[in-house]
Amino acid sequence: MAQYLMAVHGNEEQYAEIDEATMQQMFTDVDAFNKRLMDEGIWVFGGGLEPADTATVVDATGDAPVTTDGPYLETKEHIGGFWVVEAPDLDAALKLAADASKACQGKVEVRPFQPEPPAA
Amino acid sequence: MSAAPAAIERVFREEYGRLIASLVRRFGDIDIAEEAAGEALLVALERWPADGVPPNPGGWLTTTAGNRAIDRIRREKLRDTKHQAALMIEDDTPHEPTGPVEDDRLRLIFTCCHPALAPEARVALTLRLLGGLTVSEIAEAFLVPETTMGQRITRAKKKIAAAKIPYRVPDHEDLAERVATVLTVLFLVFNEGYLSTGDGAPIRAELTGEAIRLARILHGLLPEPEVKGLLALLLLTEARREARVRGGQLVPLHEQDRGGWDRALIAEGHDLVRECLATNRPGRFQILAAINAVHTDAPTATATDWSQVVALYDQLLRIDPSPVVRLNRAVAVAELDGPEVALALVDALPLDGYHAWHATRADLLRRLGRSADARAAYDAAIDATQNSAERAYLSRKRGELVD
Repeated sequence: MAQYLMAVHGNEEQYAEIDEATMQQMFTDVDAFNKRLMDEGIWVFGGGLEPADTATVVDATGDAPVTTDGPYLETKEHIGGFWVVEAPDLDAALKLAADASKACQGKVEVRPFQPEPPAA
Repeated sequence: MSAAPAAIERVFREEYGRLIASLVRRFGDIDIAEEAAGEALLVALERWPADGVPPNPGGWLTTTAGNRAIDRIRREKLRDTKHQAALMIEDDTPHEPTGPVEDDRLRLIFTCCHPALAPEARVALTLRLLGGLTVSEIAEAFLVPETTMGQRITRAKKKIAAAKIPYRVPDHEDLAERVATVLTVLFLVFNEGYLSTGDGAPIRAELTGEAIRLARILHGLLPEPEVKGLLALLLLTEARREARVRGGQLVPLHEQDRGGWDRALIAEGHDLVRECLATNRPGRFQILAAINAVHTDAPTATATDWSQVVALYDQLLRIDPSPVVRLNRAVAVAELDGPEVALALVDALPLDGYHAWHATRADLLRRLGRSADARAAYDAAIDATQNSAERAYLSRKRGELVD
């Protein structure tokens, strides 16, 4: 089994305009999807994020840490939330991502985690 | 019996796809498979000239490469790297079921053409791993620098390994969509050979030949209607290849010497088209094959059943209503209803950057006696293509215009 990050990318301005009923449906669908991942034992971690304008960037690669307001990338599309799941291969992960995308009504990027280093 | 290196390399090229595919299945790693295959070739080049070619060269190469791969994994295990690969030697768990058809090469084709890989990487990987073409040959065929092609292939192989793109024939529910991707890749490879986009050789027979070889393998393993249709289309198109260029100039269909067409390929293609018709589940490639069957059936250009061709294009338009299909349909309409009707159809298409659109307009304008307009259209067509044979043909037609 491998672990995959499924990151939801979306346009926050558009998200803000979604009507109440659609939003409720989305919450219900995402809850159901989360429960399914847990029931199937492939859930590792997941959650929705506050909007990108609540983000802060810290850069300590120089002499002293520099803290700046705002997301790292100034784009329209931001990560709105993510899951970490267990899957045997990419095809299985892509199937989960298709269901995830439907549930949360956003585009989902799938990326493999690096494998754990072997036990010494 | 001794063997020349050239003959050994030919055997190797023929066996390459099967060899790599079986090594990938066994060791689960494309890099290990390629290196072991390369080492087996070196051993063959050393031994076969003295000992003769073994009775089953493919089996010999597989055994030799397998032993080399195991040696290599053992060495690396001692160095305590590549742990996962090292496990493969001891791991005797049976392979998971691999879908409806069991063949190493079929699995590898589906891996190379996985939709998670970039389209240009799918083509390159298929030619590299199944066709046995070198990176520099593939780079040359697609007119990109060798380093670019090398990076493209390396990146794709890395993604296959890191993202765990599976090495198997897709599940039944995904199969139709994935087969379509594979067929598109083979069609692209063929087309690049049949009318090269670059300024090198106008036709690259090694690419058309490779696409046909892979389509035959796919058809042997998965004889579905669209696979049959693609193979028929490639065979019927390839049958006309020799007659298509004369003196460095492209020869259009109606001017070709039909005696120069390959009758064996045509007969095989027609048989496949008949099988498709009997199945009656038409798809894009089957219809294109049927159109080519009508052309190759006619003893002369004028004897072509143009109403049948137009009817087939109408059927194709329902599946693929693209401007390029409309353009090709208009060419047939010109034969049926005259150039004026066809020109009205062609002028309405948004294909301003496409050489075939300009070339078709030029021909129709010429037939309507509108020389000045035709001349401008030939100029635009010549500007829009790099293919030397096509440019030579268009320049000749432009020169023949009378004021």
